Amino acid sequence: MSPWLIGFAVFFLYPLLSTLYFSFTRYDGFRQPAFNGLDNWSYVFTDYPLFWPAMRNTLWLVLVMVTCRVAFGLGIGLLITKIKTGAGVFRTLFYLPYLAPPVAATLAFVFLLNPGTGPVATLLEAVGLPSPGWFTDADWSKPGLTALALWGVGDLMVIFMAALLDVPKEQYEAAELDGAGAWARFRHITLPNIAPIIMFAVVTGVIQAMQYYAQPLVAGKVAAGVIGGSGQQFEPGYPDKSTLTLPQLVYNLGFQRFDYGTACVVALVLFSLSMAFTALLMRRRGGLIGADR
Amino acid sequence: MPRTGRLTTATAVLAAISALATACTGQGADTASDDPKADVTLTFWHGWSAPGEAKAIEDNIARFEKAHPNIKVQVTGNMTDDKINQALRAGGDKAPDVVSSFTTDSVGKFCNSRAFADLNPFLAKSGMDKTKVFPKTLLEYTEFEGNQCTLPLLHDAYGLVYDKTAFAAAGITEPPKTWSQFAEVAQKLTTPKGDSYERVGLMPTFHGYETTPMRLAAQWSPTYFTPDGRSGLAADPAFAKMLTAQKDLVGKLGGYEKLERFRSTFGDEWSSEHPFHTGQVVMQIDGEWRAAMAKEAGVTFEIGTAPLPVPDEQAADYGKGYLSGTIMGIAAGSRKQNAAWELVKYMTTDTEAVVAFANAIHNIPSTFAALESPDLQVTPESKTFLDIARHPKSSTTPAKADGGTYQLTFTDFAYAVEKGDVGDIPAGLAKTDRQIDTDIAKAK
Repeated sequence: MSPWLIGFAVFFLYPLLSTLYFSFTRYDGFRQPAFNGLDNWSYVFTDYPLFWPAMRNTLWLVLVMVTCRVAFGLGIGLLITKIKTGAGVFRTLFYLPYLAPPVAATLAFVFLLNPGTGPVATLLEAVGLPSPGWFTDADWSKPGLTALALWGVGDLMVIFMAALLDVPKEQYEAAELDGAGAWARFRHITLPNIAPIIMFAVVTGVIQAMQYYAQPLVAGKVAAGVIGGSGQQFEPGYPDKSTLTLPQLVYNLGFQRFDYGTACVVALVLFSLSMAFTALLMRRRGGLIGADR
Repeated sequence: MPRTGRLTTATAVLAAISALATACTGQGADTASDDPKADVTLTFWHGWSAPGEAKAIEDNIARFEKAHPNIKVQVTGNMTDDKINQALRAGGDKAPDVVSSFTTDSVGKFCNSRAFADLNPFLAKSGMDKTKVFPKTLLEYTEFEGNQCTLPLLHDAYGLVYDKTAFAAAGITEPPKTWSQFAEVAQKLTTPKGDSYERVGLMPTFHGYETTPMRLAAQWSPTYFTPDGRSGLAADPAFAKMLTAQKDLVGKLGGYEKLERFRSTFGDEWSSEHPFHTGQVVMQIDGEWRAAMAKEAGVTFEIGTAPLPVPDEQAADYGKGYLSGTIMGIAAGSRKQNAAWELVKYMTTDTEAVVAFANAIHNIPSTFAALESPDLQVTPESKTFLDIARHPKSSTTPAKADGGTYQLTFTDFAYAVEKGDVGDIPAGLAKTDRQIDTDIAKAK
């Protein structure tokens, strides 16, 4: 048996199949699992009040946050490759936030965007603009998380810069001789050349967004004023379930409510969604790469 | 491979997975057979983290070890419930034998899942009548359907802590006793500043630290569940009255959005930047620890304490409040349960130990004997909370199979009410009842 097969069986197949098995059981982690048919599945889809808000938030983050991150990363990459002097400084400045630990970065962002005391609010008020509630306002919490994700876009910027610098210069020269403008060069030369990298960024971005856990949890907890201590329970998602994501539900159900069966259902939904998105993107990939060939 | 062969292999793989999966589940021992006189080392996990609190625990353990020379205790502090849950589930040598948790709401879950051992047999073996040792309310939140899987280790009473100096400046001579007085005083003490506040008389929103719906509801003496065990939020008018009063109070103090924006400027609840310390809030709904913490933070104003106001129609019951506290139990998977019981018994029932611990961390003692002990250090502030704890109409939230999930469901609804998102409170409560019943049935 090949080592790959052993790794696949132990680290992927067994966890997946056991998750599937537990999803059909009533299992609290202490007593033996007891088969309960489709109870957990029907509970998740029909009776669990946090599932659909978490699903909507997760999909919002997948669609909006990933799109913004890829577009912003590509934009910054393009700008820095065009800069003649000081590119190294800008590259460092944009890359540094990516190195900040997620929890620390989130804490900093909640502080910066605090509607009452944050520097961003002070700045906006100074120029006569209203300051949104950000992490205390359900309409602004996900845009706030998106802003946090854009702040840490350094990883994508570096990948895109490498891809952009790999595009053959002769193609640009030929296009210029043919009278192509900047947009036409980007549309017909840059984009097709870096399409595989865009696809990589989108697929990994989607998977990351599906697993988005620490940042929304920390942002919600800090904004709600719940740091812990007095034995109060905390349900993630503040404000108004707007920062609730599917991975938070998996943790909450399994490790806090002792309901591993239902947690496994949510985990499988998350897995299926990731697979579906990836399959869809891989199918679209051919079209994207071949668009201009 | 032929089709039948593949099918056989697949079946075998699934069977193996099932066997593996079930083999990984912890099994708690129901009987204790270890010799409590034998030399043994116990592992004890607790959640306290402040240096003073940790020292108080160590002092208690030192006294215990002196009285039980054969038992050594390895203490690990600053343990969260999540870590405790995982350790109990995993079991093994590294798992704790004895655990204490701040989350009273978890008791039903701990008992229902048999994560903790039932202490009734141990109490019987020690010849102890728990009803003569612990107040009734404390027994209510430490047991579940007859399974006494935890015991109270000190407890908390919730009341009102207020800035006496600000009261005097506003010409208010005594703390509010009824809800209408409460709303009036809160408004009087609120100072607007632009589109925000310089200070609020009270931060009424349910995100205001200890201001939870359950603590407010206790002032209406509610009944959470009907005799047949179904959720009774809609059946008991207390809940609708409390929520209506809360919505009204939030409106009177400026509205939800404005208050929440102001709340977002508050410092951490457990730091010296607490809004009560900084003067942003004049009245704070809190536990017995707040007055001592405010003094430690060096506040310059005079601190007053009082019970939480009661609804106008229940003025005669003034003095009651919500009770909860720290719980202590023995891991069901522990192989040293008799020795562990000696530690639990000492920490929770030994008067000297309970009083010393209560004095050290400014909590309320959890036994009748300790409450009456002459060694108990009583300050004017702590006396208020002792009186709340002794009040016959003080109440707690019942333990349920789903832990505190039913409280979170109720809290979610309460958030929507105070925001103004709920037009029909009774209908909303009925819907919340259905959700709670579904969740509890599932947990059972």
